[in-house]
Amino acid sequence: MTEKYNMPDERGHFGPYGGVFVAETLMPPIKELNAAYQHYLSDPEFIRELDADLKYYVGRPSPLYHAERWSRELGGAQIYLKREDLNHTGSHKINNTVGQALLAKRMGKTRIIAETGAGQHGVATATIAARLGLECVVYMGAVDVARQSLNVYRMKLLGATVVAVESGSKTLKDALNEALRDWVTNVDNTFYIIGTVAGPHPYPAMVRDFQSIIGREAKEQCIEATGRLPDALVACVGGGSNAIGLFYPFIEDKSVKMYGVEAAGDGVSTGRHSAPLCAGRPGVLHGNRTYLMCDDDGEIIETHSISAGLDYPGVGPEHAWLKDTGRANYVNITDTEALEGFYALTRMEGIIPALESSHAMAYTMKLAPTMNKDETIIINLSGRGDKDMQTMAKLEGIEL
Amino acid sequence: MSRLAAKFEALAKTGSKALIPFITAGDPRPDFTVPLMHAMVKAGVDIIELGVPFSDPMADGPVIQRASERALTHKMSLKRTLEIAAEFRKTDQETPLVVMGYLNPIEAMGYEDFANAAQRADIDGVLTVDLPPEEGIECSTLLKARGIDPIFLLAPNSSEERVKKMDAAGSGYIYYVSLKGVTGAGHLNAVDVENKLQQIRANTKLPIAIGFGVKDAASAKTIANIGDGVVIGSALISKIEDNIDNLDQASNEIIELLISIRQAMDN
Ligand SMILES: Cc1ncc(COP(=O)(O)O)c(C=O)c1O
Repeated sequence: MTEKYNMPDERGHFGPYGGVFVAETLMPPIKELNAAYQHYLSDPEFIRELDADLKYYVGRPSPLYHAERWSRELGGAQIYLKREDLNHTGSHKINNTVGQALLAKRMGKTRIIAETGAGQHGVATATIAARLGLECVVYMGAVDVARQSLNVYRMKLLGATVVAVESGSKTLKDALNEALRDWVTNVDNTFYIIGTVAGPHPYPAMVRDFQSIIGREAKEQCIEATGRLPDALVACVGGGSNAIGLFYPFIEDKSVKMYGVEAAGDGVSTGRHSAPLCAGRPGVLHGNRTYLMCDDDGEIIETHSISAGLDYPGVGPEHAWLKDTGRANYVNITDTEALEGFYALTRMEGIIPALESSHAMAYTMKLAPTMNKDETIIINLSGRGDKDMQTMAKLEGIEL
Repeated sequence: MSRLAAKFEALAKTGSKALIPFITAGDPRPDFTVPLMHAMVKAGVDIIELGVPFSDPMADGPVIQRASERALTHKMSLKRTLEIAAEFRKTDQETPLVVMGYLNPIEAMGYEDFANAAQRADIDGVLTVDLPPEEGIECSTLLKARGIDPIFLLAPNSSEERVKKMDAAGSGYIYYVSLKGVTGAGHLNAVDVENKLQQIRANTKLPIAIGFGVKDAASAKTIANIGDGVVIGSALISKIEDNIDNLDQASNEIIELLISIRQAMDN
């Protein structure tokens, strides 16, 4: 890898990954979006408004918290949590929806659509749509509607229409399909806010840029707290937006190791998982080339994870590139291990993490003890666990 | 000259328009497709578009989505779609065949292996919904080298520049998507289509087949007056869905609909 990192290229390629693979009707709106994005990216007025929203509405900067007790308990590296769970609406997703919604408004779009898995991106989108007075439709797989019903209620309270998607596996990928179908039908007035670093270019780069506030802050905060760069970064990977948000500002800092944690579900060897980088192969889905979970015929395979937000057969193309070049490491954590991570953080630090983020916690429990006490790990605590209370209670056999 | 080019040339000589049915290979069962293809040819269709079932048909409406799902329960695939095409070819060397689908099954097979397999199956054209020419050069070069036409889409919001791009990249025909939406949608506007066709024709000599939103003899006739060919898909596949327990009936209703469309187009 070269010293200077400047991916993607003009047409959205990260090496062989990324690109624009969509039906013809979507080419013009994608071109329009890309032009607007390139323009506003360097527009001081846009940046000023975005920064103000992030500060006063989202509540940034989010703290970098030294989990001293947990670090001591694990007996290795010092663990710092980047507290994206403290953002308005409870996860990192809002960093991106604030940015894209401002863009939608600048582009004169009056209707917003989104897909959602865990419901966090749906809630973040419904929130910002309410604030800007835009019509909002959120597509959500019927399976996810059932397991994240609290978030469905939140979205409805915020004035969004939630459409339960009954096709295919009824999870996140099908919600994305349905949102794309809505977009081709309503291209003229509709802005599609994709919730992760997937989709056709410019989405992977644009969502990364909006999320990289996480890594920029973390870098500064880490240097302030420890006097130097961290030694390792850990983040869960669904589509990969919270992970790339943390990683991106560190890509050129070679001493910093990066670990993206995929969902192993019942275990990668069982085939029932959501770990395309660990156990998939390159292919094309939802507008870009990346690692996918598909069979020999190219049909997408059903995925499994305890966390709805990681239950996706693809992954952002930039992660595919970081994997191939060896810059980042991709590992996986089973449902059972994720629960251990969930309980550990809850009981050691009094912080209840989202089940997605719990995968990063669980991997840290393996990693930290292998490192020295004067080394530092930053984990992206991408969201809080409130939305998972029903799932957890059910697992514990408790009726709420 | 490719079978597709020859077909459109012959039709142009008689002032007739191409009737192009779309069906999903293996829907609802693998053994249903080849007999249906032959029956459609007898009913007067000119070209057949054979859909490759895919798990995530993003550009398709509910009817074709369900056709894919039915076919996939029988483990249909790109490979088996080509086998169906080859089977059809054994007794019909005339009718042009176009394989239409999504890119990932082709990625999984590998571009070169796919191009070779398509040539062995004697396919005439390949239309890949989510492969625009910018990303598709490698694949279309392999196809062209084997005498197979890469077919591209144009949409109501396509710019003049894109029409030129499709003209340069594609051959056989251009598939004009008559409305903003997914397959099977119902808001076709003939005046809009006519206006757009003028812009397209000013920039390409390729024949133009029009699809999406054609559902009966009347809409087919309207569209036939504007384009060089009429593609009809969801309306045919609905007949399968409506008669899932009586496939002879499904087949009969498809043929009846195609005959009525053929008559309307020719009058
Ligand atoms: C809290 C939380 N973390 C992580 C994710 C996974 O998304 P990504 O990989 O894009 O960060 C989600 C998605 O819903 C989420 O809600």
